[in-house]
Amino acid sequence: MDRMIDRLETTLSRPLGGPTRGALLLGALLLTLALFLPLWRIHLEAQQFPEGLDLWIYPSRIVGGNGGQDLNEINVLNHYIGMKAIEPASFPEMKWLPFGIGVFALVSLRAVVLGRVRTLVDTIVLFVYFGGFALGSFYWRLYTYGHNLDPKAPMTVPPFTPPIIGEQQLANFHVTSLPQAGALLLAAYGLVLAGCLVVEWRRSRRAAGERVAVRIVARAGVGHAR
Amino acid sequence: MSTKHHTRRAAVLAIGAAAALVAGGCSAGSKPAAEKPAATDAARAAYVAPGELDQYYLFYSGGHSGQVFVAGVPSMRHIATIPVFTPYPGTGYGFDDESKAMLGAFTWGDVHHPNLSKTDGRYDGRWLFVNDNANNRVARIDLRDFKTKQIFGPIPNSSGNHGSAFVTRNTEYLLVASRFSVPLPKGRVAPVKDYGTQYRGSVTGLKVDPASGEMSMGWQIVTPPFNWDLGATGRGPSDGWAFWSSYNSERATGKLEVTASQNDRDYAAFVNWKAAEEAIEKKQYTEIGGVKVIDPAKAKGVMYLVPLGKSPHGIDVTPDGRYVIGSGKLAPVVTVYDFEKFKEAIAKEDFVGEEDGIPVVRWEAAAIAEVPVGLGPLHTQFDGKGYAYTSLFVESAVAKWKLPPYEPGAKMEQYVVDKIPVHFNIGHLVTSHGDTEEPDGRWLVAMNKLSKGRHLNVGPSQPESSQLIDITGQKMRMIAEAFTEPEPHFAQLVRADVLKPIEVYSKDENTNPNAIWSADEAKVERKGNKVTVWLYQVRTFFAPDVIEVNQGDVVTVHITNAEQTRDELHGFGIAEYNVNVVNDPGETKTVTFVADKAGVFPFYCTNFCSALHQEMQGYLVVNPSKRKPSA
Repeated sequence: MDRMIDRLETTLSRPLGGPTRGALLLGALLLTLALFLPLWRIHLEAQQFPEGLDLWIYPSRIVGGNGGQDLNEINVLNHYIGMKAIEPASFPEMKWLPFGIGVFALVSLRAVVLGRVRTLVDTIVLFVYFGGFALGSFYWRLYTYGHNLDPKAPMTVPPFTPPIIGEQQLANFHVTSLPQAGALLLAAYGLVLAGCLVVEWRRSRRAAGERVAVRIVARAGVGHAR
Repeated sequence: MSTKHHTRRAAVLAIGAAAALVAGGCSAGSKPAAEKPAATDAARAAYVAPGELDQYYLFYSGGHSGQVFVAGVPSMRHIATIPVFTPYPGTGYGFDDESKAMLGAFTWGDVHHPNLSKTDGRYDGRWLFVNDNANNRVARIDLRDFKTKQIFGPIPNSSGNHGSAFVTRNTEYLLVASRFSVPLPKGRVAPVKDYGTQYRGSVTGLKVDPASGEMSMGWQIVTPPFNWDLGATGRGPSDGWAFWSSYNSERATGKLEVTASQNDRDYAAFVNWKAAEEAIEKKQYTEIGGVKVIDPAKAKGVMYLVPLGKSPHGIDVTPDGRYVIGSGKLAPVVTVYDFEKFKEAIAKEDFVGEEDGIPVVRWEAAAIAEVPVGLGPLHTQFDGKGYAYTSLFVESAVAKWKLPPYEPGAKMEQYVVDKIPVHFNIGHLVTSHGDTEEPDGRWLVAMNKLSKGRHLNVGPSQPESSQLIDITGQKMRMIAEAFTEPEPHFAQLVRADVLKPIEVYSKDENTNPNAIWSADEAKVERKGNKVTVWLYQVRTFFAPDVIEVNQGDVVTVHITNAEQTRDELHGFGIAEYNVNVVNDPGETKTVTFVADKAGVFPFYCTNFCSALHQEMQGYLVVNPSKRKPSA
């Protein structure tokens, strides 16, 4: 057990390898790109809206399709069932999401220069937490919108939660909610981190193996390691 | 021309006259019945499946309905009516303050010749100009939103605005001509017996602002009292020129059908509008009715007359601008003038006389051929492939004939290559892009004056008929038929992709200072007996929904439809107050009325908007006044 902790400690303290640093630089680029791309798209279709209505969720804003008009239209339609108007300016998520993504980009860049495996592990842990928190917050938003309906609204519908991912029929609307390029880039960043860790772990084990081999070879008096 | 030719023509003309009489009495006369088109082929050609779009816009003039009709081609389905000179409750036109002011004191007009704006001789999809033959006006429809934006007139010194509103090559001018001559300036009285000397006609160029399309007076030329009929604008070699046909060169009054049909030839006017511009610059004008008017006898080189037989209607310029085609409706031929020959003739002063000081060019010096197209030729359009199509009113047919060059001495009959019967008594015809420098040779629409029971019987007031003809092949092919209300004269047929209309007025472009975008901004203000209301419309309520005023108040309501979704129109109709305003999405309109009747008057949304449209209502409360209402 102690030996394993030692191994872990040794691994965590190891400076990151060249390929990992390269991958983290790529990761920082992915995050920077994700800042400007839509994370999610909620698409509503109905008979009288053949082109559908779109809500594009970016890290820093929510934009309606059709030059912004779809957001107004969705709000007008939602008022019939007593749903609160979606006002992008009132979302704190739109402030901390881009901030968080920026932090991860900076942390990755720092690791490119000064990184040890420990930094990598810290980043992964925080990123999983950040991603989970963001998704949870998104779900909570959808839940509250669908459940805090004005009882005096013209139409009464049972409370509902719009789909976070996948499809759903809501009255005359067919709703599709799917992650977009931004979210895929964030996921790709997560994969890059995970991949780096695997690479570093293997690298560390190989290095440990080499040290053992050198000792064995030295004891056996053989002149070369391989 | 030989005497023999004359005799033959006279004989044909006699038959023509007989046919004209017959045409009034029975449906197809002695002509064979229309060939039944291969029904399935034709149906396929005109079929536009539900959800699919037509490929062309057809802008029909609505005649004395004062409107323009918009149809899709090839389906021939009526899509919209654009009210121009006539109130139209369906869109609230003529009910709000702005459109009411534009209509002025008139409640009708007579739209004859819609003309699309052009750039380099091609449709540019910006504006549609139309004339009012009755009240001497022209109007501009903006094709961005299909709305009438300006009505100009009554035009001074111009009466019976028929030869109008033809657009020059780069929409520099709208050409206007008087069909009826009157003593000038308007308002002056002279006995009708002095018609030949005291009555005057005019041709006018109305200037068009290249950015805004705003129309204003350009130049005007006073003319002898001939009845100017139709016009056309030059291009290519004839760029800078304008052409009009006329009837009644006899200067007759009373029973014109006889008195104005005595001369074997009437006149076409060839007007050099660039020279007219110069004449105004050189101050060669006199002021009549507050307008700078050119006397063509004094300003030499501005106007020439060319004989054109007989009682002509259409005058049209070929796509290359080289030839001018005149249709004498009482002669069975169209006359082809070569503009280059005409220019040589005026350079050599090859004149045969003058009318009130305007030189008359020798017919043979300008004309190169008479093409025997058939009986009652009215109007000609082109396909861009070297052919012309002329409507034959008396014969109820369309003739397809070849444009010059012709072999010297050749029999002209051979150049008439096809003919198709139409139903019945065709007036104008239009081909796709047919009056531009690039006709596309796809479709022809025949606008027939009489439909004579080819439709479900709707009583004695019968609709007009229009027929769609495929002109892509050597033989013309009848495809479809549609009926309209009175009364299409000319039309424009333009590829849909040339136009770029909007679907809503975006909030950003609404610069009306009285626009409001939330219910919180809705309010009622009173100053003395003037009450102003800022009314907000959105699905599905009005704010405010109670408007309280006192009897005799002058009430101004600024109404904003705050929707930004296509086809979400809202109306504002007040029961028993003759108020009916319809707002498109993002539009603000103002209506002013005097609350002269006491009581409670419901107002409601007139244009169906949503599931709760019926609930979109409110009340105008007019408290009774002890004094008599102020207005």
